[in-house]
Amino acid sequence: MRSVSISRRRFGAVVALAASLSTFVDATAQAASSLLNVSYDPTRELYKAINPAFAADWKAKTGETIELQASHAGSGAQARAVIDGLAADVVTLALAADIDAIVNKSGKIAPDWQKKLPNNASPYTSTIVFLVRKGNPKKIKNWDDLAKPGVAVVTPNPKTSGGARWNYLGAWGYALKKFGGDEAKTKEFVKAIYKNAPVLDTGARGSTITFAQRGLGDVLIAWENEAFLAFEEFGKDKFEIIVPTTSILAEPPVAVVDGNVDAKGTRKAAEAYVNFLYTPAAQAIIAKNYYRPAHPEFAAKDDLKRLPKLELFTVDQVFGGWTKAQKTHFADGGVFDDIQKQ
Amino acid sequence: MSAAAPVANKKARSFTAPSVIPGFRATFGFTIFYLSLVVLFPLSLLIFRASSLGLSGLYGIAVEPRVAAALRTSFFISFAAAAIDVVFGLITAWVLTRYEFPGRRFLDAIVDLPFALPTAVAGIALAALYAPNGWLGEPLADYDIKIAYTRWGILVALVFVGLPFVVRTVQPLLAEIDAELEEASATLGASRAQTVWRVLLPPILPALLTGFALAFARSVGEYGSVIFIAGNLAYISEIAPLLIIVKLEQFDYAGATGIATIMLAISFSVLLAINLIQAWSQKRFGHV
Amino acid sequence: MSEAIPSAALAPVIAVAAPRSVTEETPLTRNVLIGVAVAFLGLFLLLPLAVVFTEAMAKGAGAFFATFEEPDARAAIRLTLIVAAIVVPLNALFGVCAAWAISKFSFPGKSVLITLIDLPFSVSPVVSGLVYVLVFGSQGLLGPTFAAYGIQVVFAIPGIVLATIFVTFPFVARELIPLMQEQGTVEEEAALTLGASGFRTFLTVTLPNIKWGLLYGVLLANARAMGEFGAVSVVSGHIRGLTNTIPLQVEILYNEYNIVSAFALASLLAGLALVTLGFKTLLEWRYAGQIAGRRRH
Repeated sequence: MRSVSISRRRFGAVVALAASLSTFVDATAQAASSLLNVSYDPTRELYKAINPAFAADWKAKTGETIELQASHAGSGAQARAVIDGLAADVVTLALAADIDAIVNKSGKIAPDWQKKLPNNASPYTSTIVFLVRKGNPKKIKNWDDLAKPGVAVVTPNPKTSGGARWNYLGAWGYALKKFGGDEAKTKEFVKAIYKNAPVLDTGARGSTITFAQRGLGDVLIAWENEAFLAFEEFGKDKFEIIVPTTSILAEPPVAVVDGNVDAKGTRKAAEAYVNFLYTPAAQAIIAKNYYRPAHPEFAAKDDLKRLPKLELFTVDQVFGGWTKAQKTHFADGGVFDDIQKQ
Repeated sequence: MSAAAPVANKKARSFTAPSVIPGFRATFGFTIFYLSLVVLFPLSLLIFRASSLGLSGLYGIAVEPRVAAALRTSFFISFAAAAIDVVFGLITAWVLTRYEFPGRRFLDAIVDLPFALPTAVAGIALAALYAPNGWLGEPLADYDIKIAYTRWGILVALVFVGLPFVVRTVQPLLAEIDAELEEASATLGASRAQTVWRVLLPPILPALLTGFALAFARSVGEYGSVIFIAGNLAYISEIAPLLIIVKLEQFDYAGATGIATIMLAISFSVLLAINLIQAWSQKRFGHV
Repeated sequence: MSEAIPSAALAPVIAVAAPRSVTEETPLTRNVLIGVAVAFLGLFLLLPLAVVFTEAMAKGAGAFFATFEEPDARAAIRLTLIVAAIVVPLNALFGVCAAWAISKFSFPGKSVLITLIDLPFSVSPVVSGLVYVLVFGSQGLLGPTFAAYGIQVVFAIPGIVLATIFVTFPFVARELIPLMQEQGTVEEEAALTLGASGFRTFLTVTLPNIKWGLLYGVLLANARAMGEFGAVSVVSGHIRGLTNTIPLQVEILYNEYNIVSAFALASLLAGLALVTLGFKTLLEWRYAGQIAGRRRH
């Protein structure tokens, strides 16, 4: 029986050791003065450029050194992580609906967040365009061509990807206008587009890779900035960007996470960070990364010239806001589920 | 602790069959403690969250056409993949433990690859192989065979994921079996095939079943490697774990935990059935 | 000991010098079996592995090695090693205890217990992460209590450790249980009758018998602990340089279209298989005499 008590004591020791080790590691993980920006997938390059600029600006103004931490994943998953306790100081997500979810489920962000910053709290906008293979063999010019039989369309799954929801709503808004507000015809139109999708990747970048690297599909529906990036990364000799006549104005919003910054004492820096996004320096970086800046006057002329002019509609105008669009189209039993039924 | 010991001791004695081997209380106690802490407590919370739906709510989710289709896809393809793994896993384990040939050690080492390689990387690598412009996808496309972005893609990914389970559960047993038995069998006039079938196979059958059960169970829940190669089309190539993500994306925790609970219940039943068969076969064939 | 073959794709032809013993297959059966195994492993393991290394080396060795200079990549490697160092010993200890209790004693409900141990395999990785969010998240059962003491579990290292423990939980136990059941209790009983203590019996009788199973179990648990993606992804928070493990860093690089670096980092995990190879070769060499003895007796 002696051996039993020894081995039992050993178990205890190992468990205690592991526990103390993990708390120790955790404690060191919290740096003194740092900001965590929790963002969605396609903004990696953007915030990689903005963060050092902000750190320099902050140092010049306050003399403090600030460390900027970045977290990127799907917009919805990030909102969920913040709700469940990820200590974000700032959220910069793909959809207002995701920030609203943080407001409603956790109360960590004040409900009037969208009024606190200019332009509906969106320091930049973007839109949805098409990427096709060089020479445009399927002659794709507009949304109508995506609904034609024999065209393979690559787009992510609106159920799992924020970007995919913009794609869907872009198609819907275009068709609604085309059919003079006839919902039934619009639905048939959008259904025809999704019938043409051989794959529904779970994220926007997954779709880009499926299209560009795996050689699947004739056209990729993508964020404008993503299309430009893919164009640069995977070869300008292989693809062409096609701009439809009408598309959706995507407004990815930003907000300070009140509950977290008050607990951590980082409110001043967090507010400075989101306001910094509207400054000339940040706006120029934004345009350089193929987003449409809220203040085009601060951007380099050449960067602006790359962004084509097209007719843009907003979610508020056509769908009555994100909360409503989400419920009607993407919730279980919504229009998108209906479209997918065989 | 010491005051309670005699009582616990008595209980343990009556709980197990009498044995001279010590250490039951300590090992059994730690097993139950650790199991409860790490697995049962969190999982019970999952079931608790799902219970807000009620049994009828859970049933409602399970029979919803899209969920039912995904569950069918996940369970059927996992079953097929585990069956393929058992056949080829047994051959692989046999060859690796019994024969000496060039490259044996290397092959033996890479059997663990599906565990070490992050599932997402595996998915990406398989998609790259089987995509229409991939090393295998391109020649196959000439024969109009499509693997990537179809159900076959799911099967390929799941065979990959489950293989080590079969090989690694069978291998130690094959290595431990006494040569004496085989010799005895041969001396008594059995052909080699008879020896393999009657003498070697029965003792490794439990391990083979375990391997099947584990490969199957793991495949059912697999997410990372499948989504890159599956196509994820509703009713066709959508797997059940993807629907959990979809529910979470709508902040529908009850729905997500509901699907998870349904999957858990089915997997648990299958595993339990296999383990019971195994216990029965153990009793029947006894120890070697 | 036999001729080298030019390529694994060719069916290996083995020269059989010695006359066939009664416990061996015919050369034909043997070669067919080897051929089937090699072809199957080639198709399902070697080709994906080749893809990983081809992509990793697509821009040359310079780009390959540059991956490991990146601070974020180094942080990810460090974190992965820390997590494995905590998780693997704990689960190995559990595995030995569970296998001992289950295989050396008979008690009611054994099949249920084994099934419960298997359970984490059948839980989707997504869910294995989610359950800890349900427990330790700020909307969870214990999350607010822990937060009150300033302890962050999910979206920090403890959460990653817990999720990894969960996904690798059954490996060692599952490897040992069938093995120890097959071996029975005769040898231990003999040792005990001769007066050895319980712990000594374990060390000198049981451990040598199960060392291969234990080694397999530990290697598998370690491989899976380092390679786990889904569960860790849910509890990590994806903070660059802080809470990203190697698999998560791979995903980040891939999503940045930095495909060379993504596969280079992934090849590090694929290389674990080679570490396994080294370990086993070493042990086989070290215990060569014993193994031959066992096979003969």
